[in-house]
This record gives sequence, C-alpha cells and structure tokens, in this order.
Amino acid sequence: MHQPSALAIETSGLVKNFGETRAVAGIDLAVRRGSIYGLLGPNGAGKTTLVRLLATLLRPDAGSARVLGHDIVRAPQEVRQRISLTGQFASIDEDLTGIENLVLLARLLGFGRREARTRTDELITAFDLADAAKRQVKTYSGGMRRRLDIAASIISTPELLFLDEPTTGLDPRSRGQVWEIIRTLVANGLTVLLTTQYLEEADQLADRIAVIDHGRVIAEGTSAELKAQIGRAVLHVRLADPADRAAAERLLAARLGDHPVQGDGDPRALAVQAPDPAEAAAALGAMQAEGIVVTEFSLGQPSLDEVFFALTAHPAAPPESAQAEERQTETVR
Amino acid sequence: MTMAQDESLLQAALATRPRPAAPGAASHTFTFAWRALLKIKHGPEQWFDVIITPVMFTVMFTYIFGGALAGSTDDYLQFLLPGILAQTVMFTSIYTGITLNADISRGVFDRFKSMPIWRPAPLVGAMVGDTIRYTVSSLIVFAIGLALGYRPESGVVGVVLAIVLLDLFAFGIGWIFTTLALVVKSASSVMTLSWLVLMPLTFLSNIYVDPATMPGWLQWIVSVNPVALLVTAVRGIMAGTAGGADIAWALLAPAVVVVIFAPLAMQLYRRER
Repeated sequence: MHQPSALAIETSGLVKNFGETRAVAGIDLAVRRGSIYGLLGPNGAGKTTLVRLLATLLRPDAGSARVLGHDIVRAPQEVRQRISLTGQFASIDEDLTGIENLVLLARLLGFGRREARTRTDELITAFDLADAAKRQVKTYSGGMRRRLDIAASIISTPELLFLDEPTTGLDPRSRGQVWEIIRTLVANGLTVLLTTQYLEEADQLADRIAVIDHGRVIAEGTSAELKAQIGRAVLHVRLADPADRAAAERLLAARLGDHPVQGDGDPRALAVQAPDPAEAAAALGAMQAEGIVVTEFSLGQPSLDEVFFALTAHPAAPPESAQAEERQTETVR
Repeated sequence: MTMAQDESLLQAALATRPRPAAPGAASHTFTFAWRALLKIKHGPEQWFDVIITPVMFTVMFTYIFGGALAGSTDDYLQFLLPGILAQTVMFTSIYTGITLNADISRGVFDRFKSMPIWRPAPLVGAMVGDTIRYTVSSLIVFAIGLALGYRPESGVVGVVLAIVLLDLFAFGIGWIFTTLALVVKSASSVMTLSWLVLMPLTFLSNIYVDPATMPGWLQWIVSVNPVALLVTAVRGIMAGTAGGADIAWALLAPAVVVVIFAPLAMQLYRRER
C-alpha cells in the first residue's frame, strides 16, 4: 500500500527526447493536491510533452515522476485509474454525437447501460449542450467541443485532471465559461494541471505557475511571486498628443531615475518603472505643469507578459523559430 | 435558463462521483465494437464501396465470361458466387486498416490510452465491429446471387457456416491491415499497400476459374494461396461437400497471421506517437 502523498505530482529530473530534440530537458515539479497548477510557455516549450509523460502516454528517457503517489513507469495502470486527460486537440470522437461520446466513455469506465445514460444526460444539461447532444461533434463550435471534452473527463471524478491548452482558439465568452468550470471543479477538491500560452489565463486560474521554455522550468512560484521576482511597479501613461512624446520621455527619465522609458507600439503610450508611488504622482504633476496633456495613466504590477519577457528575453508570443521547432517535434512523433 | 439554475446544475454534475469497478477485457472490447458500429452508422458512404463493387464483379463476370468459361452463365454463377463472397469480404477488410489509420492520429486515442482499460481493446473491438460489416456485405452478395439464380445445395445451414468462416478468415487477415495502419502515415498509403497484398491473393486464386488450365507453377501458387483455400472451403460448404480438413486449411493462414501480427500490432500501438 502506498502512503497518500500531499503531492499530486512529483517529478525529478524528467527528460524526454524526440530524436535530436530535447522536448523536456530535466524538469522538477511539485504540485500540491487540490490546487490548480499552471504550466506557462510558448508553443514548442515542452508543455504538452510533459503532460503526455505524466498521463502515461510517453515514457521518460531519464528522471522519474510520481502521479498521486504512483510511479508513471512502474505503475501506469494505477495512474490511469486516477487521472483524466483533456488533450490539446479535442480528445473526443468527431464522428460520434455528444451523447454517444459520453456513453462510450462511461461504459468503458464501468458504468452500466442505464447509469451511463443517466450520467450523460446530467452532464449534457449541466454543460449546456442539450441542443447539440444528438449532432455529430464535427458540427460543434470550439467552445462546445471544449465543454464536451471536459465533461468527458469528469464522467467519474478523477483525482487529477490534465487540461492541455483548454482555451486555445476560444472566443472570450467560451473562455470565461471554461474558466468557471475549472474553478468549480477545483472548489470540489480536484487537482488540475493546466498548460497555457496565455499569461492572463495562468494569472487568473493557477495557484502556482511554472514558466517553461525549451523544456526547462525557468521560473516557479505564485503569480505574485513571479511578478515580484521581476520587479517593481510600472507607471503607464498615455499622451493626448504624440508630439509631446520626446518631452515626456525626458521628463519621466529625469524624475524617476535612469530606468529606460519604453513605448508599446502605440506612439502615445509610455511605460516606466516607478518604485515609489509618490514619485510617480509627482512626475505626473510635473508633466501637467509642462503642459503635456495625459489622457490615461495607471500604476501597477508588471503583467505576466512583462515577466515572461524579462525571464526569457523573448516575448511570450511564439517567435518563428519556436513554431518551426514545434512542427519538427510533431513530425518526429 | 437563468445563471443561478445554470450554476446549481453544474454544481450537481460536478459533485464527486467515485469510479465504478473496472469492467473486464470482454466488456471493453464490446464497447469498442459498438463504437465501430456507430462509425459505420455515421459514415453510410462506406457502404457504397461495400455494395457496388461486389455487385459489379458478380454481374460482370457472370454475363461476360460465364458462357465462355463454363458453357452457361447459370453454371458459372454456381461456381463463381462462393469466390465472389470471399473476394468481397477480403476487399471489405481493407476498411479496418483505413478506419484505424484515420482514427488513431486523433486526440481521442490519447484519451483511450490514458484510461484504465484493457490495452488491446480499441484494436480488437474495432475488428470485432468490422465482422458485422463482413456479414452484411456477404449477405448482400448472397442476395444478389439468389436473384440471379444461384442455389446453395446445403441450404441455410451451409450459408450461415460459410459466412462464419468468412468472418473468421477476415478477422484474422485483418490484423495485417491493422498493423499496416499503425506503421503507415496516411490512410491513402494504407489503401495502396493493402491492394498490393490483396491483388495477387485474389487474382492468383480459384475465385474466377478452375486452375486446371493454368501452367504448373501457377497451379502450385494457387494451391497454397490462403484465399484459394478459403474459396475451396466456402464452395465445399455451400455445396454440402466440405470436410473438416478443408475448413482447417482455410483457417490456417488467418491463425498464423493472428499469431504473428497481433503481438506486432500491439507493440506498434503501445509505441509512442
């Protein structure tokens, strides 16, 4: 009998290669039970490979991992009994209807014919799929697919749910619905491991976040810790007249120390590190005195976007090379 | 529906449900067989190939070559129909591979692999489901034969036995196409490669003509061709003259295929993709 561990996932030096590509290059992870843990990183960072390793779809080349106390290599069937996987590409059958998908999976899990049907109806209603329940999934919208996919993962309650990019490609409303479902699941005691390319998503949902790049964890902590690690508050200013920009830059640089002032693609927008709110207020006053009209200003923590940029020296939006890498990984598979 | 109602429904649906006891291998296999039937139900265009090809072959061969080959079209049909049954089932078995190839690259197989189920169930279940397809296409060919004047001497029992034998044979040989489907990238390459296997097997056989007029070396090939052995057994069963040895010979090849290809297919299936 194994000791129930306080950790849902524990990995140590986990490595997975695809030919020459090191998809996962030595990852140590500790995920507490009952939490949402976010794996944040661009395309090709190794997030999906890590999830596939933990869900026993792949075998590691080095290192070890225990999921809910069971070794993924030595006791994969024990792991499978306790997890559910919602893959990056919908893990449901396009050719079957919504009802058929859920009944099929319920039967595989051991539900009797009638119980499978009852549970299916319950999930279909709760996930707002009643109108489409008898249509083939290939006719579903992205949001409907995701909802069915998550419903399929909780036919019987797993201890750990893997959600690989659950909201990629969804419209904001569908994204909000999926977030709501995830929050409710975790409130009921589930552990969720979530991968995402969206900084906002990790920020909104995850209790802890591991930032992943090139198969490694480059930063780990709560969203607040990650932001603190990078730095200080930032003053964002928007000018009424872009012609004032040079003057505004000079003034802000002089007032707030030698931090570089950076715009944001928008010629009216300026951002500058402002460790002391009083100094920031004074700088705004000085701008007004100089006749520089400010239409918007805010003082806040850096966004996770800025965090990611600071950690990796490349923006979170996938650069060309990372996408090419991802495609290469796909072919190797 | 109001938000509050929405919320409580969701809460109720999300309430913890323990997993029931895991069902056994047979239950998993039958669930996957059911899945295969659902796929056939949703893709009726597959039946077009399954129905039209054998109809064409039966009618064409009977009326174009029948008179020349056997003296009369009626006599030829009596000879040809069991062969066409075998050919139809063989051609139909290609679908096993094509369907699986298209299926396995989809995300849903990731889910199956991450579930606590009997590992071969998705493959075996699909093949069990396909035997329904073989049975239906056999019945269609048989119905056409009856309409054209074919009369099995062994009656209903013979026909049922013949169809069971055809199903067993196709289930066995199907492991070749299942293995191909797991090796090859696209469904169209599965199709091409499967035809390369099937063409010589069906044409270098006794389906269309009695091999007595073939050169000696070709007669030898026909005498060891598994499809020819199947046709001999089916003919014998339908005519009421088949012995146990004929049936055993017919089942030898599919048995060998299962022994070799089933473990190979499972290994390929377990392989990471």
